Amino acid sequence: MLEFILSALRAAIPAGTPLLFGTLGEVYAERSGVLNLGVEGMMIMGAVAGFGVSQTTGSVWLGILAAAVVGGLMALIHAFTSVSLRVNQVVSGLALTMLGLGVSGLIGKPFVGQPLAVRLQPINIPLLSDIPVLGILLFRFDLMVYLGMALVPVLSFVLYKTRLGVTLRSVGENPAAADAMGVNVGLVRYAAVIFGGVMAGIGGAYLSMAYAPAWIEGMTAGAGWIVIALTIFAIWDPRRALLGAYLFGGVRVLQFRLQPLGISPNLLNMLPFLLTIGVLWLSSGQAAKKRIGAPASLMSAYSREDR
Amino acid sequence: MTIDLPEGNNTIVMHGIVKRFPGVVANDGANLTVRKGEIHALLGENGAGKTTLMNILYGIYQQDEGEIWVDGELTHIHSPNDAIQLGIGMVHQHYRLVQNHSVTENVILGLKEKFFFPTKEARKRIVALASQYGMKIDPDARIWQLSAGEQQRVEILKAIYRGAKILIMDEPTSMLTPGETEELLHILRRMTEEGNTVIFITHKLEEVIEASDRVTVLRGGKVIATLDTNTTNERELAQLMVGRDVLFKLDKQVVETGEVVLGVDDLCVTSDKGLPAVVDLSLRVCAGEIYGIAGVSGNGQRELVEAITGLRLCSQGKVTVNGVDITQKTPKTRIQHGVFFVPGERWMALIPNMSVADNLILKNYEQTPIGRGMLLDGAAVADYADGLIKQYAIVTPGRDTPIKMLSGGNIQRALLAREISGCCSLLIVVQPTSGLDVGATETIWQLLLAERERGTAILLISDDLKETLSLSDRVGVIFEGRIMGEFPVDEADIDQISLMMAGSLRLPPQPVAAAGGQA
Amino acid sequence: MKIPHIRFEKRLETPRWLPAVSLLVALLLAMLTIGIIFLALGVNPLVAFQRIFRGGFGSVFGLKETITKTIPLLLTGVGLTLAFKGRMYNIGAEGQLLMGAIFATGVARFLPGLPAIVMIPVLFLAGFVGGALWAVIPAFLKTRFRVDEVLTSLMLVYVASEAVKFLVYGPWRGTDTRGFPITDEFPAAAQIPQLAASRIHYPTLIVAVLLAILVYLLLKRTKLGYEIRVTGENPAAAHYAGMNYHKIAMLVMVISGGLAGLAGMGEVAGIHYRLRPPDSISPGYGFTAIIVAWLARLNPLAAILTSFLLGGLLVGGDAIQIALNLPAATVQIFNGVILFFVIASELFNQYRIRLEV
Repeated sequence: MLEFILSALRAAIPAGTPLLFGTLGEVYAERSGVLNLGVEGMMIMGAVAGFGVSQTTGSVWLGILAAAVVGGLMALIHAFTSVSLRVNQVVSGLALTMLGLGVSGLIGKPFVGQPLAVRLQPINIPLLSDIPVLGILLFRFDLMVYLGMALVPVLSFVLYKTRLGVTLRSVGENPAAADAMGVNVGLVRYAAVIFGGVMAGIGGAYLSMAYAPAWIEGMTAGAGWIVIALTIFAIWDPRRALLGAYLFGGVRVLQFRLQPLGISPNLLNMLPFLLTIGVLWLSSGQAAKKRIGAPASLMSAYSREDR
Repeated sequence: MTIDLPEGNNTIVMHGIVKRFPGVVANDGANLTVRKGEIHALLGENGAGKTTLMNILYGIYQQDEGEIWVDGELTHIHSPNDAIQLGIGMVHQHYRLVQNHSVTENVILGLKEKFFFPTKEARKRIVALASQYGMKIDPDARIWQLSAGEQQRVEILKAIYRGAKILIMDEPTSMLTPGETEELLHILRRMTEEGNTVIFITHKLEEVIEASDRVTVLRGGKVIATLDTNTTNERELAQLMVGRDVLFKLDKQVVETGEVVLGVDDLCVTSDKGLPAVVDLSLRVCAGEIYGIAGVSGNGQRELVEAITGLRLCSQGKVTVNGVDITQKTPKTRIQHGVFFVPGERWMALIPNMSVADNLILKNYEQTPIGRGMLLDGAAVADYADGLIKQYAIVTPGRDTPIKMLSGGNIQRALLAREISGCCSLLIVVQPTSGLDVGATETIWQLLLAERERGTAILLISDDLKETLSLSDRVGVIFEGRIMGEFPVDEADIDQISLMMAGSLRLPPQPVAAAGGQA
Repeated sequence: MKIPHIRFEKRLETPRWLPAVSLLVALLLAMLTIGIIFLALGVNPLVAFQRIFRGGFGSVFGLKETITKTIPLLLTGVGLTLAFKGRMYNIGAEGQLLMGAIFATGVARFLPGLPAIVMIPVLFLAGFVGGALWAVIPAFLKTRFRVDEVLTSLMLVYVASEAVKFLVYGPWRGTDTRGFPITDEFPAAAQIPQLAASRIHYPTLIVAVLLAILVYLLLKRTKLGYEIRVTGENPAAAHYAGMNYHKIAMLVMVISGGLAGLAGMGEVAGIHYRLRPPDSISPGYGFTAIIVAWLARLNPLAAILTSFLLGGLLVGGDAIQIALNLPAATVQIFNGVILFFVIASELFNQYRIRLEV
């Protein structure tokens, strides 16, 4: 029994890592007030870019870099249409997802079926990984997993304890107030959205380069939508995103392991989405809005003339 | 009047400021001098140009003509940042605060504070600044936890934290309770004792007398006078503020008024911010009369009208139409009872992208002949629209033209056409001619007078006193949600009206107008 | 650093020809962009375009397949024109489609004895009800709790998808299907007849076209349609006129969900005759229908044309998969780019654009 739990936990972490990267990025984007429904497209483009570049160059880190750049570029388009053109953010994001799914399939065609030549190797952290039980559980992951974990406190710190974070959150809560104080609202939103894209790209790369590892058309399989759900579920907080990512990742992994126990994997898979609806509902009350909840300006474009 | 050239004691000198906007001259050669260490009031009605003048000083607008000297130096203020560099800060009427964040986070927003833990140092400075001026503030409190007065203090702190020595405040007491107003005055006094200067914009005479050292009165974009407060009184200020050229006799027919149509009894309505907007207000409007509510915008007119039309619920009191209590009824029911409404913001009652015809049927689309069963009779709609377009001389390429393409005057005509032709009992019109040229204004007035002759009861809300006095049969002056005085227009006394508008005079309530009588 | 701020000056006059022309320009620019993308990815754009359009429109077989795909796109698309007109952003139509499929399958499964005369209408009803119920949830959350319908309806897509998987892998798995995750075949009475030598389940097609006309008339000629248009264009004016926002929002979502549900029913009862895993039933019809609606400028009659076009694109995607060995998902590029340019063109219709840096 213990074995089962431990192995399940152990599987949850890599499964949750792409989700974690994506969510951390989307948290920042949404905190600035921009909804990015293009995450799915950015993740899959990151996946194909990462796989493709590392396969052809033989370098894992070049692959990850490529994925980050690709994600960032796509996010730049989204930022331009959402912030500068002030077009409907929902539609813009959806269009990017469609685009990403289509283009990635084309780019990835030559790589289908190829095993990845260079891998992210798991790192056995000296000493710690030799601890019985916990060692296997926590200390034998690859670098990206640890990077993801490390980013959580960093991004949380930046968000709450730095000047940048105050500015970002203010833009998301009340862009008019921020603008009146001389903050460049457009710049902040561009930066946050691009950051979100970069992280989504990296998350996608992890999927194709470490988790699978392989390139399969459409391999994100809705991970981007889970990221959207996770962002809400985490109530736009990086620390809760960590918990949520491993939870949702774990659910994805567990679905097959729990089957022998009679628990349907599909019902399990529904949980994250249902829980997210629950969170949306609970945080909709006026009182709740003041304490926790969505950044007040999420999804509304800002223009000084509209004031 | 003499011009004060930059002298040692004058911290702000604005000379010959002209600012034009399309269709209106907001400032017409305004001159202002403010001495260091004083509290200076800018007094005037809506549209007098006081806010525009201060927006120019704060860099939100640039003047078309004129110069500004700050502390003896000629300056060009191109943006709020420039103003802040010069030590000028502004506290707006509507606060720009992030509700979810703490006081400190709001104060430091946009500043080049320390990158890491920016709030640590800042909160100490904020607390020190606050106590220097006698302000009680908790730097860690979230804005939504604070009262309006406390939020205003945060706004003040924002300005002085950035080194403002000259503080401009726009209608500072509009959101405050009397107690908070007292506290604010204390704070402002402390600030001037420390060598700071305060300019505040207001239309309330009591405030001017109580709080200011000197007062500048604006009217029609010009500065009328600058006086030492202790050498003047409310009456004089009111006269200066409103002027004498207000009465303007229109060719009004004598109409016999009928039964009471609109009855408002002891109405209390709360504003969006939770403050009382209408307080124990009662009035009557009879058939065939125009009852005009005079007053500066923002004194509860909007909330009153919304309570009567059903767009907002009142907390207390009663509204009746033709004897029927409609206090709790939906807007739709009130429309069915004959309550029609031309709002001040016309796009609240019109759909810009839809055709003129589609807009004209907004109130009566459910009734025959336009609505039959579930359907709309297209031919009937067309006929109806054409009829109204002709009758009210609405200039439009066609009935299917999107209404946003019409000129302002014609849009207003269409709006009035719809409301008047649909109306049978009570017509409420708010700012009916704002933004319209003289010709269009004339026509709208004639339409309203014609309606009056037809026996409709009309409630007119306008911040243009000339309009109100020209059109109305009876006038009520509103200030801070109360009727300060009510009288037939023949008995209008400009001095009294001015004082009432500015809150300094209250007449005893008149007995309810009896049915029948001449206007 | 200056962010390009685009200043919009509202156009005082929108010339009659502008919307049509800008749409055309948008499509041309879209094709150009797609061509460039193809080129950059090593695909000969001319060959690819040709194959795609030939696949969807160049042969009798292709046309038949296109019409088959038009059915769910038209049904869902018409529903979305209604929802979007009423300002309800029903992004979760895909989930409502799947729910319709589930409900229809349920009818086939639990009422096998019904004669076709009764069964077919019941199937239609079930499909509509399934989709409508699924749409009620986000509608209710929006009207009652002001929860954004975009996110809730989107989340429900995945719940519906998992529900389908649950059923086909579990309790509804067929007995004679050799372990494949599909249900038993529908009884003959529950199989919607197809046009000879094609997969066009014509009763559904007829219903779809009729509904397109009906919804068009609803919007243009009825009181309710007027209320929907006013609410969608200017909710403040609707409130001022005493219109009941809750009623309209609910109604519009319910109908939109119901139509999507009909589409799902059509797929399982008209083509597959079984319930299958969600990807087999719908390659994202619910999402493509968003483009159908937007391209049609929210005009239900125009949706007949745009659903046909986009259906043809989908068929073309299948074609190049075989002919050029390109992934079928390639057509998504079309979807994405077209959508982008269509939104941009709308912007252009409303505003004159000035760039300030």
